Amino acid sequence: MKPISQTEVQKKIDSLAKKDVYVHLETTNGAYASHFNEEAYNVGAFIRNALVKYQHGKIVSTGGSYRVGLKLDIGWIYAEGVSDFEIDDKNRLLMAGHDREGRLMVALEISETPFSHEADPDE
Amino acid sequence: MSEEHVVVIFPHPDDESFGASGTIAKYREKGVPVTYLCGTLGEMGRNMGNPVFANRETLSSYRKKELEEAAKQLDINVEYLGYRDKTLEFEPIEQVASHLKEKIEDLNATLVITHYPGYAVHPDHDALGAAAVEAVKKIDSYKRPEVWMHAISNNHEAELGEPELIYDITPYWEHKLAAIKAHLSQADGMMSLLNNQPEQLERLKTERFYRYSFT
Repeated sequence: MKPISQTEVQKKIDSLAKKDVYVHLETTNGAYASHFNEEAYNVGAFIRNALVKYQHGKIVSTGGSYRVGLKLDIGWIYAEGVSDFEIDDKNRLLMAGHDREGRLMVALEISETPFSHEADPDE
Repeated sequence: MSEEHVVVIFPHPDDESFGASGTIAKYREKGVPVTYLCGTLGEMGRNMGNPVFANRETLSSYRKKELEEAAKQLDINVEYLGYRDKTLEFEPIEQVASHLKEKIEDLNATLVITHYPGYAVHPDHDALGAAAVEAVKKIDSYKRPEVWMHAISNNHEAELGEPELIYDITPYWEHKLAAIKAHLSQADGMMSLLNNQPEQLERLKTERFYRYSFT
């Protein structure tokens, strides 16, 4: 992944609009948060392979990281704190935000094909 | 040819290295075969390397390769159970237990090492540990392996007392460190965490297990 180019990501978001797409959306602070710090809370959520079609989407800079919103016919998809992106070899738009130690805090990924259970088994 | 066979059952690539690799090394030194039944590929892990080199979609490939390297360091076999990271507790425990029972019997396990259900912090640890205990319960007592359980939670000793089996694995520390470091995407995050909390690092040099009592 590399730091987000707003122009490049916006272009990709536009090209995936009004199509059936699969979404992976996730946020997490890890399963050990309250183990290592009893003041902390374990929170997280993910949805993998939500099949949606969005009317339009936008990436907005917050100075440092970005928010992304996708408008659905009857709802929204939203992520805050993404800072890195990649358009991978399967032409999927992968976005994520990491903490100082490189740990994933939030991810939003959009693909025209379903996300698989794992990466290619023979990779 | 040894008649013993140690079967380690944990959900994530690296659980074996952090939790039991000193004990594993000790058994390997004696010539006892060790098989790691790895529940998932750790594909939902938070550590992506530091600096980041993996992403959510490639992480499983990296972790598989890392486990292969750790397995080489420890000279053990690995089999994957094919579940998905973070979802084990939502699978029917009976199904997972039957799956494990078959594997344990096929391997003629004499010892199963797993997590202590309810005291293992990560929900996958608790769920797979519970399924492993269930699996061994179903095996006829004359061929039933021992079950040693690894507890992690901060409260475990207050609630369970001191574990019966306490191994100083300092003689195998080099093996353990090599195995941990093979998990490149995960080790850095964990090692820096451990360096900030020296008591956690010291804890890695002792491996402690509770023996499950079937009676």
